[in-house]
Formats: sequence, C-alpha cells, structure tokens
Amino acid sequence: MNQVKRLVARNAVPLLFAVVCLLGVYFAKMPGQFLLMEIVNRVARNSFLVLSLIIPVAAGMGLNFGIVLGALAGQIALILATHWEWAGTGGFLLTALMATPLAVLFGFLAGTLLNKAKGREMITGMVMGFFANGLYQFVFLFLVGTLIPFDNPRLRISTGPGLRNTIDLFRLKGALDGLWQIQAGLFVRIPVVTFLVIAALAVAIWAFFRTKLGQEFRAIGQDRHIAGVAGINVDRNRILAIIFSTVLAAWGQLIFLQNIGTLNTYNSHEQVGTFAIAALLIGGASVTKATIAQALTGTLLFHLLFAVSPRAGQTIFGSAQVGEYFRVFVAYGIIAISLALHAWQTRSAAKARLEEDASA
Amino acid sequence: MSVPVLEMKEISKSFYGTQVLKNVSLTVGKGEIHCLVGENGAGKSTLMNILFGMPVIINTGGFEGSIFINGEQMAFDSPRAAIDAGIGMVHQEFMLLPGFSVTENVKLNREVTKRNLFSAVFGKKMETLNRRQMAQDTRSALDRLGMSIDEWVPVAGLPVGYLQFVEIAREIDKENLQLLVLDEPTAVLTESEAEQFLGVIQRLARSGISILFITHRLDEVMAVADRITILKDGELVSSGPREDYTISQIAELMVGRKIDTQARKQRSSSPAKQEVVLEIRDLRVDMPGERLRGIDLDVYRGEILGIGGLAGHGKVGLANGIMGLYPSQGRVLYEGQEVPLNDTKAALRMGLAFVSEDRRGVGLVLEDTIANNIVLTSMQSQDKFLKPGLLKLKDERKIREHALESIEKFDIRCTGPEQIVRRLSGGNQQKVCLARAFTQEPKLLFVSEPTRGIDVGAKSRVLELIVQLNEMGVTVVFTSSELAELRSIADRIAIVYEGRLAGILPPDAPDVQYGLLMAGKSLEEVGAR
Repeated sequence: MNQVKRLVARNAVPLLFAVVCLLGVYFAKMPGQFLLMEIVNRVARNSFLVLSLIIPVAAGMGLNFGIVLGALAGQIALILATHWEWAGTGGFLLTALMATPLAVLFGFLAGTLLNKAKGREMITGMVMGFFANGLYQFVFLFLVGTLIPFDNPRLRISTGPGLRNTIDLFRLKGALDGLWQIQAGLFVRIPVVTFLVIAALAVAIWAFFRTKLGQEFRAIGQDRHIAGVAGINVDRNRILAIIFSTVLAAWGQLIFLQNIGTLNTYNSHEQVGTFAIAALLIGGASVTKATIAQALTGTLLFHLLFAVSPRAGQTIFGSAQVGEYFRVFVAYGIIAISLALHAWQTRSAAKARLEEDASA
Repeated sequence: MSVPVLEMKEISKSFYGTQVLKNVSLTVGKGEIHCLVGENGAGKSTLMNILFGMPVIINTGGFEGSIFINGEQMAFDSPRAAIDAGIGMVHQEFMLLPGFSVTENVKLNREVTKRNLFSAVFGKKMETLNRRQMAQDTRSALDRLGMSIDEWVPVAGLPVGYLQFVEIAREIDKENLQLLVLDEPTAVLTESEAEQFLGVIQRLARSGISILFITHRLDEVMAVADRITILKDGELVSSGPREDYTISQIAELMVGRKIDTQARKQRSSSPAKQEVVLEIRDLRVDMPGERLRGIDLDVYRGEILGIGGLAGHGKVGLANGIMGLYPSQGRVLYEGQEVPLNDTKAALRMGLAFVSEDRRGVGLVLEDTIANNIVLTSMQSQDKFLKPGLLKLKDERKIREHALESIEKFDIRCTGPEQIVRRLSGGNQQKVCLARAFTQEPKLLFVSEPTRGIDVGAKSRVLELIVQLNEMGVTVVFTSSELAELRSIADRIAIVYEGRLAGILPPDAPDVQYGLLMAGKSLEEVGAR
C-alpha cells in the first residue's frame, strides 16, 4: 500500500496530466483514427527537441531556455537552404550540417554567459532567448535587403527589406518523414525514419551518460563545488553541455519544420523553449532530474492535450477558442505546478529530517 | 630517523592585512597519527588549505614558508597537484554526491574506462565507464576499512556515519596515498561510530599511511595520537608526543587566550536571577551546518545570556530557530505565552528582536538607506512610522528624525541617513542592525556574532552598546564564537555541543572548564561548581 502511495506521489504530475488528457479525449469525441494520426504526427515532430533538454538538466543547468538559440541556428540554416533551393533528403542533411557550426557558436556564447549566472540559469536563459530573438529579427527583418544583398522574390517581402512572414519549405517538406512511411489504417502514416532518428538519439543519450564525460556532467549537476574539488573542470563542461543541447535543438527544429512544411520566420522558434520544457515537466521531470522516459511520456501527454483540447472546448463550452485558451493555460499552469511541487518536496524533506531527529 | 612524509616550515599567511598564521611549523612522520587541535579561528583550516593548494590561498596572494614532501620541496598551486603528490583530504563537510552510488563517489573523476568506437574519434573523455572494475576497486577499499555496505547503494540513503567511511574509502583507493588529512571527521559520528572510525585510522596508520587528524574531541586525541600540535590565534603554542600532555593541559592551551586585553565591561546592575522570561524546551532547528538537536534553556529577566560553542555545533541555530528563519520544532514560552515557531512575524510582534549573524545577507537591505534599514522591521511588524489612514504611507519626516537620533545614539559614522548601507564599514553596518533592533523597543533581544568581521575599535563599541541596551531593561541572548567576548559581558554562558546544551558556566570559570565543555565533556566531568 505504502509503495503504491509513494509511486503515485513520485509521479503525481504525469498522473494528474493523464487524467486531464483522458477527460479531454472523452469530451472531444474525436474519431480514434484521426486522434492517432494527430498524436503520431506531433510526437514525431517534437520528441527530438524535448530530448535535447535532458543533457543540460543533468548537468545542473536547469530547464534551459537556451535551446531557443539552437532552434534559431536551425532556422538560419533552413532559410539559406531554401534560398539555394536545396531539396530532398540530401538537402536536409546538408542543412543540418550547416546548422551545426552555427549552433556550436551560439551554444558557446550561451554557455559562457550562463557560467556568469550560476544558479540563475533558467531566467538568464529565458531573457537570453528574447535577446537573441531581437537580434534575429534585426538581421532578417531589417538588414536583409539593405546591408545584406539578398534578392529572392520567394523569400523577400515585395515592398521593402526583410524576409516574408512565412516561407514555404516545399523542397524540404517531409525530407525525413517521407523517406519511409507505413500506412496504418486510413489516416495514420508512421514516419519510420523520423522515429528511428528519435530512437537513435535516445540511445545515444543513454550511452553518453555512461561515458567519462557523461559522468562528469552528472557530477556537476549534483554539486558544482564537490565536482570542482574532485578536479573536474566545471565551467568548461557546462559550456559543452549547452553546446550539445543547442546542436541537438538545431537538428530538432529542422525535424520539426520539415514536418510542418512552412517556416514561420518570426515565430517558429518562440515557443520552442516553453513547449519543450512544459512537455518535459509533464513527463515528471524536475529542474534537477530528467530521464529519457520522462521526456517521451511528457511529449506524448502534452500533445494529446493539444490535440483534444479545441474539440473538448467545443463540446464543453461551445467554443473551440475556449479550448485553445484552456490548453495554453494548462501548459503554463503545469510549469508553475511542477516548480511549486519541486520546492514543496524540498521543504518537506527538511521537515522529515527534523522528525527523524526527534524520534532518534 | 627517516625523512618525514610532510614537513611544513615557518608558514605565515595573511588575508587582506590580517595575519591568520604566524610561523607555524609541522612535521608528520611515516605512519604517524598527528593530531592538530585548536579553537575556531586558530588557523587549522587555513593551514590545511595551504597544504592542499586551495584557490582561496592562491587568490589571496599565496603564503610564506615552505612545504616538503618526503624531503622534497613542493609548490602546490592546485588541489590536483597536492592529490598527485599523494595527499588525500577528507573535508569537514562531506564531499559526496548524494545521487551517486558509493562506487561512483569513490571513483569520482578517477573512473576506470574502456575504449569504444566514439572515443577513438572524440578522445578519452568519450570512453565508456568500466563499471565492473570500478566496483571491484571500491569493494577492496571498503573491505580494508571493514565496511560491509553494498558498493552500488546510493549515498543519499546512507546513515551519516557511513559517509565518513565512504570518503576515506575514496582516499585510500588512490594508489599513491601517503598522507591523509581528516578535518574534524568525528564531529558528526555517534560514539560507537567514532570508536569504529578511530580503529580504522589506527589500522591505516599501521599500514604506513600518515594521518593528520583535526578534531575537537580531546579524548580522541588522547586515544589515538602519536604527536599533538596545538594552534591558537594563528600561532603554534605547543607540539610534542602525546605522553607529554593531559586532557586538561590541552584544553587550557587551546582556549586560554588574552583575557586581560578584553577586560570585563562594567555593569551597573546585576540581574535578579529569579524570573524566567524565556523558556525553551526541546528546541530542534534544521539550520544547515548548525543544527540544534533538542535544547532546554531558561533565560532570566534582565540578564545577558551568552551562547558559546564551536562552529557547527548549533549555537547560531538557537536564535534563528526561535525567530522562525529555519524550520524548527519544540516549545518556546515567552512571558508564559507560547511563541509560534516558524513564524517570524509573530515572534517580532511578541517583542522579540534579532540581530542576525548574517549581517549582509539577512541583517540588512544593502542597497537601501540607513534610515530605511533602521525603521524597516518596526514599520513592517509594528506599523510604526506610518501615516494614519488606510494606505499606510511612510511617514518620511518621522523616519528621518528617528534615523538622525539613532545615528547619534549609536555613533554610526556616515554621511547622513540617506547613505546606502552597503557603503558603510562592517562596524557601522552592525550599529545600524542594533539601531533597528532597538527601534522595535524589544524586551528580549537576540544578538548573534555581532563582532564578526569588524575592527577592534568598533568591536568594543558594539559590545558597549549591547551592555547599554541591557541596562535599559532589555534581556539579551548573545551568541558568539569568541569566548573572550562572551566572558567580557555575559552574566552566564551556555555552551552548546552537538546541538545540545553541554552546560552553563559563570564568566569567571577557568579556561580549562570551557575548553572541556566545548570538547564534549559534561559539567560533572569538568568539575564545575
């Protein structure tokens, strides 16, 4: 009995969320096939991004909004790829290759900054994301077409400098998903290669934490001071962790966008951080601990909610809009609840220590 | 005699102009257990930090003197260098990662690895951990210590006593270990664990590893030491084979300090020791590093009660717990009324005031003005200095008047009440804290470490102020690490040991009794009146 209780307590967040999702499924009354299609599609699209968060969490850098920078690197590469009209799987791989050095550079800068803000990585990372967004807009909305000669009518706004609001990625759409799809039922098509890539990343992360470097990351994540005394180069490893994460996020964003097929030039990256973090937290991860299973469960639940909430809103409140609001509310609410739960658990641990003392 | 394993010669060190070590020399022979004893601030930790090449030392201008290992002069510029030379250290606070298993901790940053496909490309860091070999090494280290625990148990669940052994296992797993430094390792152990522990270090010494053992428990010193070195105020006061000392001699050498320089402050009235104003029963406080494990204490009306004890034994936890700054349990009665625990505002409302030992962190709003700092607590908890009305606006004029008055009364050296507190010297900051406590018109005042980090002149002024407050009818509970200071103004001095009350002594009790109480002896053993 006690064991069941502990299991429930430990997984309170994912369980709570699963209940909300089931209610949503019940009220949405969506056809099973259709729902399944949505879920498969969304999970394939987003898992890679969520997984890219695990390494910095394990290295003690919190739920890092730095992945927004990685997403930006991916998008910059994608814009160029579209300009040069790269196409197909080869073009996709080339784009990923081009995104990598950019992501490494961004990661290095972000890591250096975060080393100066130890213990406050989350908020620093968030503001850093805003700042990078500003720079990105400055370059692509203002410099392109003025300082940077760029004259591609399919990308440029026709009336002035800057890139179009949405860019059609038709040459790269489905570059990965389309390689090999299995038709299951009427609607559901499973992008096998994408899932294989996700599986490969999961295995790679698992294996990574069994290497010397992975062990160092985990040690730093638990206690920077102790790791430092043991002779581990804390600052350097923290920068490496962020670089890993931005590179993975860049690739993750490419996978995400080839699935969608259009690039929302000025918005696509904005919610990458928040959504990935929400998904991870929903899976039961905390600011200091995240596992691959948590990332994957979280992604699944998060997207289940996203898929059903407009319909559920329609049946319950008579308006899909309300459902839309509701899911945003839930997504941010979950972040707040998880963080509060984490703080509360830390406090009750202190209390338990006192009581243990009293009984001793 | 063979060449000593460690020789430190004429070591001197100062931090920002304050000399903390003066010409200290220390020699440790092979297989010797050398005990280093001394009060807080005697310089033991600094000496060990120097030996270990800690960044604190390097970044503050290095040190004078020389270190020889096996007769060879060494210059350690990082802990790494010291480790490579065969010095191991078990720190006072545990250097273990709670989420790692015993093996992972023992092998931290010394993991055994094997090559794989990726390491061929990306280098050694990507090699896979050889977990089986790591576990085997750990097992054999644990066996040498006589420990039966499983090598894959996470450290988080282990009893505190075991952690010490895991730390030692980590050190002896290093093949080149010659000298093991143990910084107060038994402070957290129970009696039986401590006994087992002492057995282990004796066994290690017999196997040829030299041990430098820092402790406050004098009976342990007598039990295991081959040689003893006593430090006081950064100077070596005595060193020799154990046979030359008795426990009370060591205690006296440790604490006997220049009492005469801090003459007892004159008190015009002496308190009537009848009426209990604060009754503390079984108080437990979970303050990290300063835990109280159940203390009973009565405070009499009008007295200055001193609270002393060595660092880490919980003396600062008392005031912090009663004032609700750290989670606490137990019963506290003030004037016969129950003080709600874990509720700072309630404690303030009952007329208790607190001058925190953490002046810059808890005590002051550093970026705010002197005036605002002085009235802050009264304004928040007693609604003073506010204009009448619903909005509770600040009454700036009243605040300013009061601040000017306090600046004069407390002799705060500043450019005016609008000066930012951060810019004041430590002593003047402390006076602002006292002024704020005084503004609350408390009937009972907790003052913790009020003279820490301030210069000598300001120190004596701060002590005088405390006495003055007391003479105006405020009961004072005064916590300090400096025994001499406690003895100069307190009426009674309670010594805290391992989170419990060791005993209460009058300020004129002999040094030996204080030394022994702080080292864990009971009042009866000490032979106090």
